[in-house]
Amino acid sequence: MKIANKTTSAVALVKEALEKAKKYEDYHIFVSLNEEAALKKAKEIDDKIKKGEEVGALAGVPYACKDNFLSPEGNTTASSKILEPFHSPITATAIKKLEDAGAIMIGRANLDSFAHGSSTENSYFGPTKNSKDKTRVAGGSSGGSAVAVALDIVEFATGTDTGGSIRQPASFNGVYGFKPTYGTISRYGVVAMASSLDCVGFFAKSPEDIDLLMSITAGQDENDMTTLPDFYGQEGYSRTSKVGIIKGFDQGLNDDIKNAYEQEIAKLKEKGYEIVELDMPTLKYALPVYYIIQPAEVASNLSRHDGVRYGFRAENIESLADVYGKSRSEGFMPENKRRIMIGNFVLSSGFYDAYYLKAQQARTLIIKEYDAAFEKCDFLLTPVSPNPAFKLGEKTSDPLSMYMEDVLSVPLNLAGLPGLAIPVGETAEGLSLGLQIVGPRRSDKALLAFASQIKEEK
Amino acid sequence: MNITREEIDHLAELSNFELSDAEKSSLQSDLENIIKYISELSELNTDGVEPTYQVFEMENIWREDEILPQEAGRAALLKTAPSFHGKEGVEDYQLKVPKVL
Repeated sequence: MKIANKTTSAVALVKEALEKAKKYEDYHIFVSLNEEAALKKAKEIDDKIKKGEEVGALAGVPYACKDNFLSPEGNTTASSKILEPFHSPITATAIKKLEDAGAIMIGRANLDSFAHGSSTENSYFGPTKNSKDKTRVAGGSSGGSAVAVALDIVEFATGTDTGGSIRQPASFNGVYGFKPTYGTISRYGVVAMASSLDCVGFFAKSPEDIDLLMSITAGQDENDMTTLPDFYGQEGYSRTSKVGIIKGFDQGLNDDIKNAYEQEIAKLKEKGYEIVELDMPTLKYALPVYYIIQPAEVASNLSRHDGVRYGFRAENIESLADVYGKSRSEGFMPENKRRIMIGNFVLSSGFYDAYYLKAQQARTLIIKEYDAAFEKCDFLLTPVSPNPAFKLGEKTSDPLSMYMEDVLSVPLNLAGLPGLAIPVGETAEGLSLGLQIVGPRRSDKALLAFASQIKEEK
Repeated sequence: MNITREEIDHLAELSNFELSDAEKSSLQSDLENIIKYISELSELNTDGVEPTYQVFEMENIWREDEILPQEAGRAALLKTAPSFHGKEGVEDYQLKVPKVL
């Protein structure tokens, strides 16, 4: 990562990032740019460096912020109409830590509205385009963040991952994308989607950069009671020797991804890693489980958007019921509405036991299956998604086909496990291919070290 | 599984949505497809399995009930209220909404 020092100025780094952001405007990466404040902060950092004062580990490093982190830099829209006018009076803990370390937010990156989607096509402001092929999707929901890093506009970007929203766009654009153990980074000030699954994480160009970002942002936060006691970087770990692969996980894969997966397994064998094949029959239910639990939590979390305290309020209202009903109907995207309706369906009396309760029981079985797998191996290696980036518009008319794209990314979220998308080459047409390394809970640092190790060995 | 128009109306009411007929029709077919898919879970035997609501089995974390300094005060938080009939949405620290009674 290029960091401001006596020879490289923060102003120059920020100016360069802003110029690139403008040059790539047609990719529709940013919802808003933070030009004035970014340059002002860069100047302050340069002054400190000149005076020999101490600056943070990320001094002058420009970054893109997924537009679902609250902070006073611009409006926090979650790429939705209902939050379009929302200017936050508070700052997310993760953003505060990055800014305190000297990082500079140059803009807010596009996402599927409220992070509902796998392509960034559900954004109220329009889709972000893939960094390798403008006719294809960026992936999602953190599409803007992934493309901002892939096009080298910024050194890193923040993201959130509820069912693959960091790892899938990372793999669609050939960058690293990390979803930490559930509860590692505070979610205070992050627009809630599904609270038992949501994680804050990062996009960057190397596992080492992600390790640095983790060491700055991880940690318990009294404002987020679901954060774990501090553990990142405090535990020792030994060199990885056993890598697990899951039987049947190569079914239904696109040929290019299948080949890349097989090649990576062969390479690991060659380098002396033991490959352990595992039977995990319950994982095939992870996608239906996810599409029950996640919408249920979405329905609850999004009930707060009612046109009263903040955000958008519909015009032509006559009653309080209108304030709620019209503001929500006009303010949410079709996919938001689908998820809220499904959530209310699985939670409603008569269906609760068959869907919601059953899914939470299945979740227990999935967790046990992963725990048993990590008795036999150090990490798992799997594909991130069954296909590389698909065409814009290809799946928008069929929501279920879009959900199916999440089949390989959601299982680990249900168990709270960390997962890192790693780039492993390109198709003949130049589309990015990615795989993911999955580890036991709290193995984050060791997982990133393993990724560094196999990168070095290449 | 069939989802009736009445069920869509009921879910819209639970969700606080005012939907057009066209939206209801498309939601009806989308929800039917999605619910049919998630119903595959019924094959899995979960008899006697404890549900997981939180992966780390965390319990409530308590603190003293006292006022602590906050990043944003009352005025800053109220400032986010949407405008009402073209005017400020807040008056005397109260949020404005249409007449309820």
